[in-house]
Amino acid sequence: MKIQINNGRIIDPANNINRIGSVYIDGGKIVSVTDEPLGFKADSVINAENQIVCPGFIDLSTRLRDMGHSRKATFYSEVRAAASAGVTTLCLQPDTVPVIDTPAVVELVKELAEKTGYPQIYAIGALTQKLEGSELSSMLSLKQAGCIAVGNANQPVKNLLILRRAMEYAASHDLLLMFRPNDFWLGNNGCAHEGAISTRYGLPSIPEAAETIALAQCLELAELTGCRVHFGQLSCKRSVIKIHQAKKYGLKVSADVAIHQLHLTENDMKPFDSAYHVLPPLRTEADKQYLRKGLAGGTLNSICSDHQPHDLDAKLGAFPETEPGMSSLETLLPLMLKLVAEQAITLEQGIACLSANPARVLRLNSGALTPGFSADVCVFDPELDWQVNGENWKSQGVNTPFWGQTLKGRVTCTLQAGKIIYRA
Amino acid sequence: MSDNLQLNAEGKLKHFLTIEGLSKELLTEILDTAESFAGVSEHQVKKVPLLRGKTIVNLFFENSTRTRTTFELAATRLSADVINMNIATSATSKGESLLDTIRNLESMFVDMFVVRHALSGAAHFIAQQTAPHISVINAGDGQHAHPTQAMLDMFTIRQLKPDFANLRVAIIGDILHSRVARSEIQALNTLGAAEVRVIAPKTLLPAHVQSLGVTVSHNLTEGLKDIDVVMMLRLQKERMTSALLPSESEYFKCFGLTEEKLKIAKPDAIVMHPGPINRGVEIDSKVADGPQSVILKQVSNGIAVRMAVMAMAMQKQVA
Repeated sequence: MKIQINNGRIIDPANNINRIGSVYIDGGKIVSVTDEPLGFKADSVINAENQIVCPGFIDLSTRLRDMGHSRKATFYSEVRAAASAGVTTLCLQPDTVPVIDTPAVVELVKELAEKTGYPQIYAIGALTQKLEGSELSSMLSLKQAGCIAVGNANQPVKNLLILRRAMEYAASHDLLLMFRPNDFWLGNNGCAHEGAISTRYGLPSIPEAAETIALAQCLELAELTGCRVHFGQLSCKRSVIKIHQAKKYGLKVSADVAIHQLHLTENDMKPFDSAYHVLPPLRTEADKQYLRKGLAGGTLNSICSDHQPHDLDAKLGAFPETEPGMSSLETLLPLMLKLVAEQAITLEQGIACLSANPARVLRLNSGALTPGFSADVCVFDPELDWQVNGENWKSQGVNTPFWGQTLKGRVTCTLQAGKIIYRA
Repeated sequence: MSDNLQLNAEGKLKHFLTIEGLSKELLTEILDTAESFAGVSEHQVKKVPLLRGKTIVNLFFENSTRTRTTFELAATRLSADVINMNIATSATSKGESLLDTIRNLESMFVDMFVVRHALSGAAHFIAQQTAPHISVINAGDGQHAHPTQAMLDMFTIRQLKPDFANLRVAIIGDILHSRVARSEIQALNTLGAAEVRVIAPKTLLPAHVQSLGVTVSHNLTEGLKDIDVVMMLRLQKERMTSALLPSESEYFKCFGLTEEKLKIAKPDAIVMHPGPINRGVEIDSKVADGPQSVILKQVSNGIAVRMAVMAMAMQKQVA
């Protein structure tokens, strides 16, 4: 199948391209950008006039809730949401039920992904068995089954000796560790940032130190073990400073930030509104600004959705007992564009943070419109306003604090490996 | 975060969830209304027919004797029918059962919920979810708020020291876990107290306590200087096992109120405590039972203030 995407503004940061032109696709691969290959006869033409054509987005942290929590969401519902959001590759956190800690579960993930017509779902294997933080998982088997990295999701590895050994073992098999730093004890079962808001509302709180101490420990272990580490969903200023210092020092580490941390702070929380209950918690304006700076300066190289759809019941209750997380695939692009509109980053940077940079973290041959690469393409209208409502929303989880708001920027067409998986 | 949930379109009290966001005028109205009810308890027939035919449910997800009893008495003295429900919280799926409980009671045509719950925000949640004609009174939610306790303390203070503008109040003890402290601080600041001082070790203070509008001291003998009102907080035993304090005896040595230390405060200072008191832990018996103590006065004032809040929140239904 030959596809031609016509006359869009092509932005491909990895290849330093930003110009109006066409993209040519054949056999699921990018064939050419701008120059029409000799004798190319498209079976299908997508008109991208006044739209932006860029690499499909790669999301480093997603939960689809299947297996185990299909009342919240399913592969079927969430890949539709992902496709409509321009996301063509998903990294699935291992905290599914059952946990992704055996090759059989990885096979099951792959099978479900194929079945739903969205094969590019990569499982992150559990770092420790059942994510319990006490015994190593069979990491090599997980890698051979197709795991793209290992991690312990939101579960703590309380014992640093076990973390050290897990990192050594991961490094032996050249596995990437995806790590969300959070010290279990300092986190103290909190549900809000330790600041003025948690003080006023009497909410159990989580200090920044819960993140920065765990981060510092893991950085030390990265040096000791030689393990490649990607830090996920960082939430505060001092974390950005630590990553910056570590990189300068020469450690092979990278880091991302969840999109909502770049827009919301503790002050945006409506009293006890569980839509704002997220981990790590929404922090201060200073943290938000510094995370933006970290992104602009390259200390943080990726933006993830940290998509966590929930059923209604999970969010109904007194704030501390509700489940944390936001449904956030579909707001990923408009909120990235909002960063551009607010001049926090350039459009090229924003697109790179969603494509080329996460591809580099995962060592994938994608995230760019390079000829020969899998044709993962996102076409979007940067000026289109749309309301976050039941009519436009595809995820089964409606747990977003942006519900009802009008956002700018909408995907019109998504291709995964040369197959059109979404068209508005 | 701002709070309009508890006021109706005319700015009148609909729910009573927190002191935050309520005006000085409204707080004063509560105190004035309470004053008009204060006599009722001393009549031979201790009842007024204001809420006759109304059904009030005391929904206590957390144990309490004093608060529940005074709410019950307040409701009966307003001639309402009262149902007491003590619901032990189960560890799982509380959200569903909380909402289900509310839905079930709603269908029994009740008019008001008085709610106590171990989690911050529970009363807000119920007020948001419940049928529009039902009023919700917060009888304490987690570490967030206990607004009727704060108002009965304001009532007690006003009886003895009516000039809030010259009032220096010290709140002593476990501020971190105290819903009472948060509501007291907001009420005192709204009514224009000259100073609210919190006195506690750092382990018992929330991280950004100054943002509540208080001054901070870690030393009781220094902190009690020039104080008109000494508010002691109850110290829970579990604070020792969670490494917030070394021992009861060391706490008493540093922060326990004795006759000796009370002398540092103004000579006419009053001593308050929301109860139940731990004699010999946060307060010496001689002080608790001494001439400056108004602890029992607080308890009896609790009835009048709770009558006032209930009557005001039900005003629309009654009219």
